[in-house]
Amino acid sequence: MRPRDRLAFATASLVGARTRTLLMLLAMSIGVASVVILTALGEGARRYVVGEFAQLGTHLLIMLPGRSETTGGAPPLFGETPRDLTIGDAMALLRERSILRVAPLTVGNAPVSYRSREREVSVVGATAEMFPIRHLELGSGQPLPEMDPERASNVAVLGAGLRDELFGSERALGRWVRINDRRFRVIGVLSEGGESLGRNLDDMVIIPVASAQILFDAPSLFRVLIQARSEADIPRAKAAAREIIRERHDGEDDVTLITQDALLSTFDEILRALTYTVGGIAAISLAVAGILIMNVMLVAVSQRVAEIGLLKALGAPERTVLQLFLTESVLLAGAGALLGILLSVGAIVLLQRLFPTFPVAAPLWAPLAAVAVAMSTGLLFGVLPARRAARLDPVRALSGR
Amino acid sequence: MIQLEQIARDFPVGDEIVHALAEVDLTLPAGDYVSVMGPSGSGKSTLLNVLGLLDRPNGGRYLLNGTETTTLGEEKRAALRRDHIGFVFQAFHLVPRLSAADNIGLPMILAGVEPRQRAARISEVLASLDLTARAGHRPDQLSGGQRQRVAIGRAIVMRPDLLLADEPTGNLDQHAGGEVIELLERLNATGITLVVVTHDPAIGRRARRRIRMIDGRIDSDEQADAPA
Repeated sequence: MRPRDRLAFATASLVGARTRTLLMLLAMSIGVASVVILTALGEGARRYVVGEFAQLGTHLLIMLPGRSETTGGAPPLFGETPRDLTIGDAMALLRERSILRVAPLTVGNAPVSYRSREREVSVVGATAEMFPIRHLELGSGQPLPEMDPERASNVAVLGAGLRDELFGSERALGRWVRINDRRFRVIGVLSEGGESLGRNLDDMVIIPVASAQILFDAPSLFRVLIQARSEADIPRAKAAAREIIRERHDGEDDVTLITQDALLSTFDEILRALTYTVGGIAAISLAVAGILIMNVMLVAVSQRVAEIGLLKALGAPERTVLQLFLTESVLLAGAGALLGILLSVGAIVLLQRLFPTFPVAAPLWAPLAAVAVAMSTGLLFGVLPARRAARLDPVRALSGR
Repeated sequence: MIQLEQIARDFPVGDEIVHALAEVDLTLPAGDYVSVMGPSGSGKSTLLNVLGLLDRPNGGRYLLNGTETTTLGEEKRAALRRDHIGFVFQAFHLVPRLSAADNIGLPMILAGVEPRQRAARISEVLASLDLTARAGHRPDQLSGGQRQRVAIGRAIVMRPDLLLADEPTGNLDQHAGGEVIELLERLNATGITLVVVTHDPAIGRRARRRIRMIDGRIDSDEQADAPA
């Protein structure tokens, strides 16, 4: 039998059994669509997080006080108190040529009030350097002034949301707000809608790091953001930063350095794994669709016993009957997969319209894998019915027994 | 040329074994016209199925044009069926979704004949059956007699040597049945060996050679002096 005739014959018999075929296509297409859509959502989450990290700043190193890595030696008998990570430590890092900018940070929560209105928000102690490092944009006013970071100064930059809540439609620049018991003059307001790692920048206030240390009575920094000159400089900057701190801390290696890239690739890996998992779970629905194909094809075989007997009487060997029924299964699976891809493309476009900030997009492998799985399920689950058809005894088949 | 030697076919029915065919010897020269009659369960249909290579005997030899068929594999038997044997069934067994022309062309599709050759041969067969006007009709749009003619067209499209008809008029009225028998006899006249299994004595009598079966054995095998 010529392949084209086989295809035409299988297509005709599928078209002949319209309801059955449509149901099968529905099952298959939903299976394929769910694989593609779920992986697209997973991939969207991954892109979202990666995008957020990129906003965080480029060529970034983050230094934390204390050592979080285990070294494998015997546990110390006495608890080691990590040395404070000071502003002086942070500024000393600028000695290294591969380090472009350094921003020491202190973070805490405190009530911020203006007249009778008060809000509990995050207070970030920082320097002028933080603005370029974190790509913070100002809606109005000035960033923190360039000055000696060890000096306190009573100035503040408000998040846009906080400004709205405290001042309403009033002008905020130049006014004095109270943070804990200290007064700060508003010199700038961040632009609206700023977001970083899912944390809203709207509800925060930025003050000079030395002022924050006084405010929270915290001699140690929360962390130090270090920006290397280039991607290639990151390893050098990391080693140098570690060395500088060791020198300053009497030979103790008591800070943890995280490269943003390491963090990023960890997240990337986690989310990729998540995407695969979700895709794998959705693939179960494909297997279910495959079992459905098997059931329906088995019913088809028992309904078409006479036709199979006839084909055999007309000289079709078992192999041909097998091929005919397998072709039907694979056609069903293939058409269902195609339909499913169209369905998922529609759904993804819809999701992109509804949530423009969430980058939903199916990775290329998802539809390919879905179609491949669908076709092989069709083939695999088509084998049993096709074999049953091929092995029918023509005499019994023709007599309807 | 067909030779059956000591053909036996047993079926287990419950604990017993039924001998549907027992020690059947039969030789059909090419172009023979044979009717097979006998009561139900006498083995007529089994004989036809064995002749048509649909059923495999338990014992004996079956030579089709000199080829020993009982030892052949499934694929070779299918190929012999395809190239040398045509079937006509009581229930027509047309494929309902296919047109008359496509039903007739089905054996050629299974045999992998070129589409152009197929089309030429189909229109030839349609014309010889006087069905050209009905070529595009599906079976449910045809009368019983027309359906059986389409089925006969399908049986002869591969130019077989042997035509096997199992109660070909069983589902037809007198008139349509008569037409179908005449058609089969015309084909026999062109040299095709024709074997008709029937209950109808009137049809059985028309054959030049009349075989009567009882309990899986050939009870009588008469040669008519002249065609009725």
